[in-house]
Amino acid sequence: MSYTSAAAARAQPPGRLRLSLRDIWHNLRFRAWAYQIIVVAVIVGGGVYLIGNAQDALQKRGISTGFDFLLQTAGFDIGEAPIAFSSTDSFLRAYAAAFLNTLKVSVIGIVLATFIGVTIGVARLSSNVLIRTFASAYVELFRNTPQLVQLIFWYTLIAQLPVAKQAVSLFDAVFISNRGLVLPWPSDAAAFAWVLTAFAVAIAAALFIMRWATAHRRLTGHAVPVIGWTLALIAGAPVAVWLLQGAPSGFSIPQMQSFNFQGGVTISPEFLALLLGLSLYIGAFIAEIVRSGIQSVGKGQIEAARAIGLRPAQIYRRVVLPQALRVMLPPTASQYMSLVKNSSLGVAIGYPELFNVNNTIITLSGHTIEAIGIMMAIYLSISLMIAALMNRYNQTVQIRER
Amino acid sequence: MTARGSISTAIPVSAARRSAPAMESGIVLWLRRNLFNGLYNTVLTLLALWALFVTLPDFINWAVIDAVWHTQDSKVCRQASGACWAVVAEKHRVMLFGTFPYDEHWRGVLVIAIVVGMSVMSAFRRLWSYRLFGAWLVATGAVFVLLLGGVFGLTPVGTHQWGGLPLTLVMFAGTVVGGMPAGVLLALGRRSSLPAIRALCTGFIEILRGLPLITILFMASLMFPLFLPEGVTVDKFLRAQIAMMLFFAVYAAEVVRGGLQAIPRGQYEAADAIGLSYWHKTGRIILPQALRIALPALVNEIIRAFKNTTFVSIIGLFDVLRATSTALQDPLWVLYSIEAYLFIFLLYFVFCFAMSKYSEHVERDLAKGRNL
Repeated sequence: MSYTSAAAARAQPPGRLRLSLRDIWHNLRFRAWAYQIIVVAVIVGGGVYLIGNAQDALQKRGISTGFDFLLQTAGFDIGEAPIAFSSTDSFLRAYAAAFLNTLKVSVIGIVLATFIGVTIGVARLSSNVLIRTFASAYVELFRNTPQLVQLIFWYTLIAQLPVAKQAVSLFDAVFISNRGLVLPWPSDAAAFAWVLTAFAVAIAAALFIMRWATAHRRLTGHAVPVIGWTLALIAGAPVAVWLLQGAPSGFSIPQMQSFNFQGGVTISPEFLALLLGLSLYIGAFIAEIVRSGIQSVGKGQIEAARAIGLRPAQIYRRVVLPQALRVMLPPTASQYMSLVKNSSLGVAIGYPELFNVNNTIITLSGHTIEAIGIMMAIYLSISLMIAALMNRYNQTVQIRER
Repeated sequence: MTARGSISTAIPVSAARRSAPAMESGIVLWLRRNLFNGLYNTVLTLLALWALFVTLPDFINWAVIDAVWHTQDSKVCRQASGACWAVVAEKHRVMLFGTFPYDEHWRGVLVIAIVVGMSVMSAFRRLWSYRLFGAWLVATGAVFVLLLGGVFGLTPVGTHQWGGLPLTLVMFAGTVVGGMPAGVLLALGRRSSLPAIRALCTGFIEILRGLPLITILFMASLMFPLFLPEGVTVDKFLRAQIAMMLFFAVYAAEVVRGGLQAIPRGQYEAADAIGLSYWHKTGRIILPQALRIALPALVNEIIRAFKNTTFVSIIGLFDVLRATSTALQDPLWVLYSIEAYLFIFLLYFVFCFAMSKYSEHVERDLAKGRNL
């Protein structure tokens, strides 16, 4: 690093310190500083110039800047809002509704894509040639076509389904038509929300108990049999909550009235198309990750596991899965991020997600720069959050070298 | 190997002549091994066959037997019970060339030929040289002359009239040709020893990677003009092109960074030891090796860039997708949108599938000699 300056110093007789401009220019440290100062100056200068332009333009048009507009009345409706939203609500509430819509389609999409990816990925390794061929065809078709084309294809397909009156039905309970998908839904939805919450809490508690049991076994050498208890907890807690609420068992089955369905829950064509477009596309990529992850586990590992007498299920659980997960996790995380980001394609078919609603807000409020800033901040924080979560999980499955 | 060889020569000739039992060779064996090995697989096979039996005849009836292949009258399609492929024949000019003036479509055909030809040439690693880079420059010039016109007696065509496959391909080629050098520079910047450069490059890459492409395109088309001085405008196509380029560049940068990280330290130290400057070291020692390692992943990013060209349809450029949906606004043919979308699905598939097979080939090729 410092050989240039050392050479320069050597060339000078000791005691006489005279630096020419040439020497300074050939000093690595000076050059490093000079380059960086120039680059930073150019970028800061360019930024100041551009922002100045924007401020002039905005002043001329009489547009005020600032985030006060968020509390103004929105004046537009959102087709399907997960929270109550009407045109008299504020822009801020519109952002909240849109954000929740993005979150809804992303979370369900991630679950569905993971399910598709694992199923197809395992199917590609099947010894059954029909299953293998079908899985490969799926992956090639969906990976090698633009997601937006797929999305618009699904939307067009749903739009061309029969009208609600001639809806295709499954057991007279599930109906699909050009109005979307209609499913039976528990009449007492709030009670079932509590049951689901109890289920989630029970799973979290079970994981905690299992971790404690493992730590206890490692510490003392005594295995605590917790499997039965945790299973009982996972099964029992939701049932207990259900019974506590008087065991509501009514289901609202959709029924065809004069022009539309009554009862049940309707999943809009936009949501359905976006969900299919996101999860079928990302699912194909996850399938490839799953396949290569499982294939990356060395044959010797499986043979060694067999040699010490592990059962097939144990080999899979204790040997293949931990090693495959380690390989699969980082690329899967980036697929999840890509799914969340591409939920913004909902704009192409009119699903009111963040990007779509943000466009409306820009048109109505005129606060282009602030609105785009808010939207970017939200997308960035979702991406960073997924990255942080995945890094955290990644650390727990990483090899601990001793 | 040798052990097995010696065993097989030890088998008496008479034993080798015995023909295999009927159930253990030929098609029966193949079926048993691949479809009916065990109860579980037999059930799966039967289920799959049943699913095919239920869906395939209907699909073939719709797509082939009852389909209308050729007609200029949409009423013929309405009477048929199958697919209406005639919509593709009827609308292919609009789908493939968008709003480009009808009489000048031959120019679009030439552009497609140039871009596809150059891309195929670039796929042969034997041809990689500065001459190929020069050829790309000439091709770029030719493409712009053909599309813009205004010289050599060609009718001028504004960028707002560009559309269809030529626009998709030009956008794609521009993204890769412009984005690749930018990506390499960003990757080098992220690994630079100068803290300010490193921080700037890291921040730029991470922010752009955390955002959806559509928001970046949207910024370029809506927010960027606000920041320009009064009276200065940048063409909409160019703005979208730059946004696509930057988005490609940050993803390419991460792939190249992976390649750079795989280069052993000794290579850097050896280059330093013989007194090479930074750019000599990077250009002659490090990058050739790093790009070689990163090549398969780079091809995957290039495929993604091709698929991502469809995003420009959302900001109003007439690429193949938007040209198709515009063509389908014709009330006579709107009922056959599915067929038209299946056609462009196939069109994109052909391009991407070819590239992905190429990527696999390159990966196998580069892995040769590494696992020895």
